[in-house]
Amino acid sequence: MIQARAIHKHFGALHVLRGVDLAVAERELVFVIGPSGSGKSTLLRCLNRLEEPSSGSIVIDGIDLLDKRTDINRVRQRIGMVFQSFNLYPHMTALGNVTLAVRKVGGKSRAEADAIGLAALERVGLADRADHHPAQLSGGQQQRVAIARAVALEPRVMLFDEPTSALDPELVGGVLKVMRELRESGMTMVVVSHEMGFARSAADRVIFMADGAIVEQGTPEAVFGAPVEARTRAFIGQIQRHA
Amino acid sequence: MSFLDTFFNAAVMARYAPDILRGLLVTIRLAALVVVTGLGTGLALALLRSLGIRPLNWAIVFVVDAFRALPPLIIIVLIYFGLPGAGWAPSPFVSTWVSLALVLMAFAEEIFWAGLTAIPAGQWEAARSTGLGFGQTLAHVVLPQALRLTIPPLTNRTIAITKGTALGSVVALSEILGAASSAVSNSYNPSPLTLGTAAYLVLFIPVVAFGRWVETRFAWKR
Repeated sequence: MIQARAIHKHFGALHVLRGVDLAVAERELVFVIGPSGSGKSTLLRCLNRLEEPSSGSIVIDGIDLLDKRTDINRVRQRIGMVFQSFNLYPHMTALGNVTLAVRKVGGKSRAEADAIGLAALERVGLADRADHHPAQLSGGQQQRVAIARAVALEPRVMLFDEPTSALDPELVGGVLKVMRELRESGMTMVVVSHEMGFARSAADRVIFMADGAIVEQGTPEAVFGAPVEARTRAFIGQIQRHA
Repeated sequence: MSFLDTFFNAAVMARYAPDILRGLLVTIRLAALVVVTGLGTGLALALLRSLGIRPLNWAIVFVVDAFRALPPLIIIVLIYFGLPGAGWAPSPFVSTWVSLALVLMAFAEEIFWAGLTAIPAGQWEAARSTGLGFGQTLAHVVLPQALRLTIPPLTNRTIAITKGTALGSVVALSEILGAASSAVSNSYNPSPLTLGTAAYLVLFIPVVAFGRWVETRFAWKR
């Protein structure tokens, strides 16, 4: 589903990604961990070209993402993205947030889009909040609306950039439950997060990144239980101490 | 002569009321044109600037800074007395309109631009990640939020500049102040100025109230 090869990203003099290769199979859930500044968010943002890689190649669902002839707006419909800070549109209702791109990019009528949007909100358990504005929703509810906004476009891949990091602890569960249901429905997912419990129970593969490169990867049991690299061991030791 | 005879002379007021009324109509037409064209061109410049074309942005910033720096009266005088030398002789009305519209355009551009840049990058990213293009994101996500932010400073500035229609009296435009001044000279009595003051209040108090209404109307639920 995703083939990223030799991705390099420079921010001025800063070399943030140093030749990352990432292949994600259909229906696979890949979990990316790593210290802050390791390049994991940048990698994720390269996968829908919110960041332009300095070099390398990315093919998603058979489409060359970095080809100048690729209509990036078409491709992005197929790649859902969920952000740490939700980024809901504050001037629109939950339903308005979910249906905007369905109408404007998907070309659906308002009635069709509303039906699609309500179904997406139903999926995240918030159909009864359809006419609430983001400020009237809890952080967890906002993030679920953000997930519905991506899901409504029927993406082939979903990218999650620390989806629970900005949430109060008691709200994390609801978001993870929605993500788990998405995974069970067969969605291909790349998740940057520190929710180890979720990774253990839902991830097919865990990738540990440091200094702009993949240091180690494997099943959750292998990476969390018996990490090979010293840096992985140190990092996992640290986050488990605080978990 | 008593205070009342000086400033509230009923005979003088009655005689010059039609002039002041005509002046009021001129001021209303002028103000409406200034507001529409000034805000419209200001928004257009801010949107052009958001495209991020560097030489164009330098030009926009230069023009905007110039018209924010110059006193409106100087611009009116330059256009009315200066442009005929360049082959175009605008009327007092057009000179005043163009001058005030340029000043409002400059301030409005800065206010709209500040509103656009105040919208967090995450809003752009979220919209673009759903496949919305630059223009769609601007039109449906960023601009509606930016406009709400800009309403209070914009109404203030619009009112301040629209009041500048009184400057048209300097180039013999018979708007409220111009009409009142002529009436004062002709009648040797300042009562027409009282009428003029009343006309400004009648015109601008509703404008100020409208501005306040717009501010509350467009404050969205937080």
